[in-house]
Amino acid sequence: MEELLYAQPGWTHVAIFFALGAALLVTVLGFVTYAILAERKVLGFMQMRTGPNRVGGRFGLLQTVADVFKLLIKEDTIPKLADRPLFILAPVIAFAPAFMVLATIPFSENMQFADLGVGLLYYVAVSGISTIGILMGGWASNNKYSLLGGMRAAAQMISYEIPLVISVIGVILFAGSLNLNDIVRGQENIAYIFLTPIGFFVFLISSIAELNRTPFDLPEAESELVAGYHVEYSGFRWAFFMLTEYVYLFAMASLTTVLFLGGWNPIPFLDFIPGMLWFGVKFSIVVFFMIWIRGTLPRLRADQLMSFAWKVLLPLALLNIFVSAAVKELFL
Amino acid sequence: MIRTEEMLLNVGPQHPSTHGVFRIVLKIDGETIIEATPVIGYLHRGTEKLAENLQYTQIIPYTDRMDYLAAMTNNYVICHAVETMMSLEIPERAEYLRVIVMELGRIASHLVWFGTYLLDIGAMSPFLYAFREREAIINMLNEICGARLTFNYMRVGGVKWDAPEGWIEKVRDFVPYMREELAGYHDLVTGNEIFLNRVKGIGYYTKEEALNFSLSGANLRCTGTNWDLRKDEPYSIYDRFDFHVPVFHTGDAWARYQCRMQEIEESLKIVEQAVEQFPEEGPVMAKVPRIIKPPKGEAFVRIESPRGEIGCYIASEGKKEPYRLKFRRPSFYNLQILPKLLVGENISNLITILGGIDIVLGEVDG
Repeated sequence: MEELLYAQPGWTHVAIFFALGAALLVTVLGFVTYAILAERKVLGFMQMRTGPNRVGGRFGLLQTVADVFKLLIKEDTIPKLADRPLFILAPVIAFAPAFMVLATIPFSENMQFADLGVGLLYYVAVSGISTIGILMGGWASNNKYSLLGGMRAAAQMISYEIPLVISVIGVILFAGSLNLNDIVRGQENIAYIFLTPIGFFVFLISSIAELNRTPFDLPEAESELVAGYHVEYSGFRWAFFMLTEYVYLFAMASLTTVLFLGGWNPIPFLDFIPGMLWFGVKFSIVVFFMIWIRGTLPRLRADQLMSFAWKVLLPLALLNIFVSAAVKELFL
Repeated sequence: MIRTEEMLLNVGPQHPSTHGVFRIVLKIDGETIIEATPVIGYLHRGTEKLAENLQYTQIIPYTDRMDYLAAMTNNYVICHAVETMMSLEIPERAEYLRVIVMELGRIASHLVWFGTYLLDIGAMSPFLYAFREREAIINMLNEICGARLTFNYMRVGGVKWDAPEGWIEKVRDFVPYMREELAGYHDLVTGNEIFLNRVKGIGYYTKEEALNFSLSGANLRCTGTNWDLRKDEPYSIYDRFDFHVPVFHTGDAWARYQCRMQEIEESLKIVEQAVEQFPEEGPVMAKVPRIIKPPKGEAFVRIESPRGEIGCYIASEGKKEPYRLKFRRPSFYNLQILPKLLVGENISNLITILGGIDIVLGEVDG
């Protein structure tokens, strides 16, 4: 990868990058397909029902494929009074960053698409763009419910980005680098979750809020705003919003694994198992936790959400910086 | 200087949380409600007018469609009114069967409320748990009368069918099972910090306001008013059972939640005792003339339905059909306080408040 980046550009290189990008896209879409199925299955298990069980055998293995196919052949409606260009652009703007952030995630020792020095910063900065897409979608639909949903989304995602960013400062202190690869290597002996538990706690909660998942699913609160910002979307444009959500789930779970759970590092005495697999296991635990939360908790109210972000999470995140610095100074 | 503009938001009649075809036109500033105007009548079927051309037995299935979540109490109120006019003596066994099915219906109704309320607040799982237990009740009721919701089970003078063999034992087994599941609900929901934050202090009204708006049921008992017709004006055989009326004093959605959850427990107590005292044999139908003609006059009876006081007024001219029939439908009265409660709240609270009142649109629109 290094040589390729610094070599003279040529058609071969373009082709290689294109192929790699396509491979990642296919992997991610495959994940999304089965993440949706897993979510429905796990929720079904928690709620004592079977979940999908018709298309693709007893476990509904092709259910999501069938759903996506249905969405593809569905009529694409654009409301008459919608702001047409914005309406069309919004799902793309929401989705593209979700996919872009994946480039920096190190999935194993040598499986990373871009080894950026400012990897973490890049992730945070790019993921912020999605908010604009969601707000755009909410505004352009010219629907009052989607406007409310879009506003909620903007307020929520901006508020929770702050504790999210501040909570990882502890990790940066320990690793001494913003590079995600260096951060993983820094955890060879001990995962950062044990060094900055407060940071992990704040990060986990903020990341669920960033993902707009229960109990922070206010932007699309079904029982209040019907579907929130994507209420007017149908067919594949709607699917793009859904895709954004699940790709972010993928990205956020990967980031949690990298920052706090030691990425591809094995736990002692089990290092014969390849790093990729370790990453997968840790990553799945995070995803399962998020689904579990969804099956258990009710939804917060908008004002409670805000006061929780600013009055609880932000002070905790700030405190975490001092605690982490003290820990680093005294024990490491 | 920020300039804000009011916006008109139409909630319903097709909205996930209006529990049927109910519409509220909101004037909102941001998410804060300035004014709320409920629009009802989408499910109006004119039950009272239709009844004027129907014989008394023919009216009973119409009452099933009013409060379709607890149709047994509706069945009972019309039969009770006619029986009061005709001064009929109801056989013991029929009375016990009536009480058992009514209390089972109350539990089922509160379970639906519990599930949908939590769904409104954003928790998905309790809904499915509550519906699983409700399914058990519905199956038992189905077994005794052949219908899952629109029972048409009671008749003037008794009940239509006797309990099938083994039915009473099934009900007996259900009581401990339900208690166990109820404890599970409390573990999952009642202590949840998010849930408490969502319901505590929301939709508050005082005792006086509740009485002025003629609220009844849990909506009244949450304000500290001890009023339950099963205790205060015992009808049927309710004076034979030992149960207490849960009363709470905070007058908010949290009190209403606790009130309903405890009512499930009390209903279980009643069912348990009724099954214990259930007479071995006997008729389930009194001697009633084939064509029911109550004497000339008027009667008004009221009983405690899961949603509050359901009343039935009959004016008879001694004919096969009533001259005038009127139902006091508790959901309709309970809903009246909604616009008052909504002013100044935000949209999330709208859902909490509306859900907390526990309306059934079939009953609101009659």
